[in-house]
Amino acid sequence: MASTVADAIKEHDHHGPAKGIKRWLFTTNHKDIGTLYLIFSLVMFFIGGAMALVVRTELMQPGLQFVHPEFFNSMTTMHALIMVFGAVMPAFVGLANWMIPMMIGAPDMALPRMNNWSFWILPVAFGILLSTLFMPGGAPAGGWTMYPPLILQTGDAFPYLIFSVHLMGLSSIMGAINIIVTILNMRAPKMTLLQMPIFVWMWLITAYLLIAVMPVLAGAVTMLLTDQFFGTSFFQAAGGGDPVMFQHIFWFFGHPEVYIMILPAFGVISEIIPTFSRKPLFGHDSMVYAGSSIAFLSFIVWAHHMFTVGMPLSGQLFFMFATMLIAVPTGVKVFNWVGTMWKGSMTFETPMLFSLAFVFLFTIGGFSGLMLAITAADIQYHDTYFVVAHFHYVLVPGSIFALMAGAYYWLPKWTGYMYNETAGKWHFWTSTIFVNLTFFPMHFVGLAGMPRRIPDYSTQFADFNMMSSIGAIGFGLSQLIFVYVLLTAKKGEKATDAVWDNPIGLEWTVPSPAPYHTFDTPPGDELIKSHSHSSH
Amino acid sequence: MDRGRRVKNTMIRKSFLGLALLVFGGVARADWALNMPRGVTELSAETYDLHMLIFWVCVGIGVVVFGVMIYSLIMHRQSKGAKPANFSHSTTAEVVWTAIPCVILLLMAIPAAETMIKLEDSRDPDMSIVVTGYQWKWHYRYQNEDVGFYSNLAEESVKARRLDSGIDPFSVDNYLLDVDEPMVVPVGAKVRLLITANDVIHSWWVPELAIKKDAIPGIINETWFRAEQVGTYRGKCTELCGKDHGYMPVVVEVVEPDAYQAWLDTRSGAKQRYANNESIAAPEATLAAGE
Repeated sequence: MASTVADAIKEHDHHGPAKGIKRWLFTTNHKDIGTLYLIFSLVMFFIGGAMALVVRTELMQPGLQFVHPEFFNSMTTMHALIMVFGAVMPAFVGLANWMIPMMIGAPDMALPRMNNWSFWILPVAFGILLSTLFMPGGAPAGGWTMYPPLILQTGDAFPYLIFSVHLMGLSSIMGAINIIVTILNMRAPKMTLLQMPIFVWMWLITAYLLIAVMPVLAGAVTMLLTDQFFGTSFFQAAGGGDPVMFQHIFWFFGHPEVYIMILPAFGVISEIIPTFSRKPLFGHDSMVYAGSSIAFLSFIVWAHHMFTVGMPLSGQLFFMFATMLIAVPTGVKVFNWVGTMWKGSMTFETPMLFSLAFVFLFTIGGFSGLMLAITAADIQYHDTYFVVAHFHYVLVPGSIFALMAGAYYWLPKWTGYMYNETAGKWHFWTSTIFVNLTFFPMHFVGLAGMPRRIPDYSTQFADFNMMSSIGAIGFGLSQLIFVYVLLTAKKGEKATDAVWDNPIGLEWTVPSPAPYHTFDTPPGDELIKSHSHSSH
Repeated sequence: MDRGRRVKNTMIRKSFLGLALLVFGGVARADWALNMPRGVTELSAETYDLHMLIFWVCVGIGVVVFGVMIYSLIMHRQSKGAKPANFSHSTTAEVVWTAIPCVILLLMAIPAAETMIKLEDSRDPDMSIVVTGYQWKWHYRYQNEDVGFYSNLAEESVKARRLDSGIDPFSVDNYLLDVDEPMVVPVGAKVRLLITANDVIHSWWVPELAIKKDAIPGIINETWFRAEQVGTYRGKCTELCGKDHGYMPVVVEVVEPDAYQAWLDTRSGAKQRYANNESIAAPEATLAAGE
């Protein structure tokens, strides 16, 4: 009897993936879907990056040299849409797919078929969005924020833009539902909520944010659609509508959205710093509370994106105070990371390097964020390159660096081999130098008066723009090193199960590479306790 | 191995030094006009002071946090034989580093709110100008005066800005920052602006007046300034408004009161003057000008 069960389990273990393209098209395996998400987001990262390079090439010198202003505007718009919805968000969903089941001792995601669907919607959505580049009137050029009435001047691309945003939203909502259900229902029965790793916690919070705000975005763009084609006047002043209402609705989505892109990054960093400091995470529980506070506050600060639209004084003051408050929980997180390093025994492998750069550079982005909260000063900063510098600091050496850190950290677990550490370090150093060269000068040109979203500028901004452009090209090329690391990922030495030096986390208790199915039987109490940062 | 470590250590140290230089180098550069201008109104100066205050607060916090972090990075490394401690929380530390930021923020919020209250007080103006944004030019109408005109990008910039124009932007004075007809206001007067738009959203910005207000179709926004210094102040449209968003500058000339009066006199009957001005008289523009 016992041997039959053992045989059956063995049988099951050997039941691997299907062969060929069908494996990827029809897969319901969280690891395969995670891989699909990650590869897709990397492709989008390069497409969006190429668009950024068109922008930076044009801006290298004053005067128009390469593209017409309409096309320039299309490039900034598409760059943002692709990076936000196509690169950063799917990449974190990819990490969630791969890691959450393994971190909570679950065999797979709770809703595997929906998981497949939520991924395969994405290539369709971005296929549609990218096809607008070839349509009469060109790709959308009204900015990723899609403010009416300008966005209603989009050519044939307009309905395709709306439809692709709908699809992206659909995919995100399904992904979020899946993550919530998985965490709440598939967690190892012995694992308490507070014992969960911070990455899982941050994703749980993020998933709730997604469910709360993606429908709001869908509603906003649907109103744009009916304004354009069905004679409504939600946002058209001539028909009694209000263009500012769109901005309120958009940023009610948009501000939680920025935390959707950074909370999972906090999670990744909170996994990596303890491992390479050889110390438990400092303030595990306060990390959870800080993350939740940030999520709550993210719903009541949206109008700080709109301090120049002419709000009542009381409104401006409220949004200023609420925005300043976010600095407190965000500060707690940074202090906890520093507290984790304090009196540790640090080593500096590539994931740790990216994480340290994250803490430094994200904090610089946080500082400029605090400056932007001061309403009177924001009136000067608003829609200048200072803002561009700010959000790129939190998104590139913020979210993107966290993604890179996570990729290097878990890559040996995924492939079973150590990646090329030398190449990884080159990738890190070139990226870090060029990212600062690109975005730091933008603070100066912004303060000195250069508005964002312009294809040409006055001559006093020439030097810093040249620096930024050189930095951007360097940063773009640096990412090719990452591709090299991925292509040679299986050429290194065999990875051990733990991969690193006694890392905490259930994912390190399964073999490397992680077998197709993990945790068919949930981990026990002991194992969970010894692999949690929580003291509970 | 040992040597490799040392090289690595120096590399890391050098890169942090580089970062610090970049940060503080930025401050040094800020003095030669790469910072926000202090401007020529009481409120632009207050805004500038707020900006510098919050900037130095951030620098202060940065020095402490990054200082601790860099110290830890240098001292608490395995290659130096550091043994990991095992603590995972400290209630005292956590209360302290939650409370201190709260106090700093509270202290910051007070002057920030005071300036805002003044900025929003546009009562009792000496004069009012209706500013209307168009794709892609501004229109100014002086209330209670028979004066209204469009303000377009100056001809020289228009020629130079075209793709492959062959004109070096550096050879053009105030490239993209000059107009054919600037807004003219008297020095010391409280000027109220009523800002709106005719097609899409624009935003009227002059850094030295610390005024940036969105021009929104269907809505009239109010703001004000009192320039305390004679001079020409330049700004730009700051809300993406289509293909020529980068080409609709704002120029405000602040002049002595009698010069302003003289300017007003030359402007009476502005309507005829503008109907005859070819560079401006696009059909819909003439229509709108004949209000």
